[in-house]
Amino acid sequence: MNFIEARKLVYEYIRRDEEENVEGITTALDNVSLSIKQGEFVAVLGHNGSGKSTLAKHLNVLLQAGEGTLWIDGKDAGDKENVWEIRKNTGMVFQNPDNQIIAGVVEEDVAFGPENIGVPTDEIWKRVERSLESVGMTAYREHSPNRLSGGQKQRVAIAGVMAMEPKCIVMDESTAMLDPNGRNEVLEAVMGLNQEKHITVIWITHYMEEVVQADRVYVMDKGKVVMEGTPREIFSQADILKACRLDVPQVTLLAHELRKAGIKVPEGILTRQELVEALCQLY
Amino acid sequence: MSIILDKVSYVYGRKTAYEKQALRNISLKIEDGEFIGLIGHTGSGKSTLIQHLNGLLQADSGGIYYNGRDIYETDYDKKELRSKVGLVFQYPEHQLFETTVFEDVCFGPRNLGLSKKETELRAFGVLRSVGLPEECWYQSPFTLSGGQKRRAAIAGVLAMKPEVLILDEPTAGLDPKGRDEILEQVASMHRELHMTVILVSHSMEDVARYVNRLIVMNQGSILLDGRPGEVFQYYRELEAVGLAAPQVTYLMHELQQRGIPVDTGVTTLEEAKESILQAFSGRTRSR
Repeated sequence: MNFIEARKLVYEYIRRDEEENVEGITTALDNVSLSIKQGEFVAVLGHNGSGKSTLAKHLNVLLQAGEGTLWIDGKDAGDKENVWEIRKNTGMVFQNPDNQIIAGVVEEDVAFGPENIGVPTDEIWKRVERSLESVGMTAYREHSPNRLSGGQKQRVAIAGVMAMEPKCIVMDESTAMLDPNGRNEVLEAVMGLNQEKHITVIWITHYMEEVVQADRVYVMDKGKVVMEGTPREIFSQADILKACRLDVPQVTLLAHELRKAGIKVPEGILTRQELVEALCQLY
Repeated sequence: MSIILDKVSYVYGRKTAYEKQALRNISLKIEDGEFIGLIGHTGSGKSTLIQHLNGLLQADSGGIYYNGRDIYETDYDKKELRSKVGLVFQYPEHQLFETTVFEDVCFGPRNLGLSKKETELRAFGVLRSVGLPEECWYQSPFTLSGGQKRRAAIAGVLAMKPEVLILDEPTAGLDPKGRDEILEQVASMHRELHMTVILVSHSMEDVARYVNRLIVMNQGSILLDGRPGEVFQYYRELEAVGLAAPQVTYLMHELQQRGIPVDTGVTTLEEAKESILQAFSGRTRSR
């Protein structure tokens, strides 16, 4: 069975005026179906307002779909009994690092989650140690979070999620506010967790370059899933992506332009290394 | 007309445990009509620097001269300075508050004491110049999309008719199309309204494409200052301070190392394409 199995999810935001009369309805998820296996690294792309974050919030039951079914790790997300179990198993990291750190010391922040669910103290400290280790933040264990860089803060937030020992992490534009170094740090930390600990990753982003390493990509547009495939399949369809307000990585675009100008580089180039190799062979 | 910074230093939280020197001896001259990119890792002093330019923060030492006048003189009109140097903060849509977009844009000029007519004329003008569709104007700003909200917020600053427009990461969190739209709009305002523009950004590709001067900050000092092509030549130094060059600049360096004679000073996709095509056509001729 797939780790995440969504069938025809529908979610509507209903706006009401002061007398509770319905003013307008926005369909944020419109018959969304997804299947994600345990251990996959899946990227979700989509324009602002396409429904990515609404989808993310369904994955740990912060929102519940109006229609359709969602099974996470074999549990029905529509059943209230399962809510806490699912939240333990799918952790979320949000966009703004400053909004999700609460303690005055890094290790206490990481310990907050397991402490809340009554994990014994010895076990908490073991988890804190392992979690900080897994994102390369052990050296900052006793530091104050407010003096860390954006990338470091996000890694602390990830450690906080890891301390809950989840099977899945949802990264909802967690690199949007970071500088290039911070973005790399966070992406590498999460890829490490995916490869070494087989954590399922849902990576939501507006940076096309970050998607290249994913196993699979879903593209959302106006609440619907409009494309699904490997990064190579997705990025070879530049025109559809552009119609969805998205883009392709800069090197892919350059390769595409060079092809149009008569240099026979192969279709579907995703990384700089691939383009360098292709050009060297042709030269 | 220019902004001159003369040995500006600033310390946060002086004499506390959190004391941090945010700016160290910054000297800088910004000419009229320049389009400047300001880059640096988180905490490098970019935001502190731009808040000095419109007098929100006051330097501990050093001077700032706007069009030849010392802004720290006691009789200098700070209020006028703030209307001349418009600052668009990060996530400016969080500052929208009026019941309609139009009212929100009118707020600034009305506070300047302009007549109703003049205020509304300005509001119409700027809403048009940020490319916000007319059907949005009389809606609540909170019903707009992310990109539209941001345009509305930028319009609010433009309504003050600033001579200098400073934008702190105006594209953070926007989708690629929204990113391009906002930057194109800023570039066209720079061209048509002859504004000086300072763009703070974490995207090397964006600054490479639009600005004609790039200032790199690190630990409160200016590390590099020059044309994007020149600055990105120092990609190793940039990496050491948490930044990078645009992808194509790396590509060109790698191609050159592999023996293809391309121009490594290239920073945009169009330039890269030209340079690679040129190298390939040179090869066919020499054979």
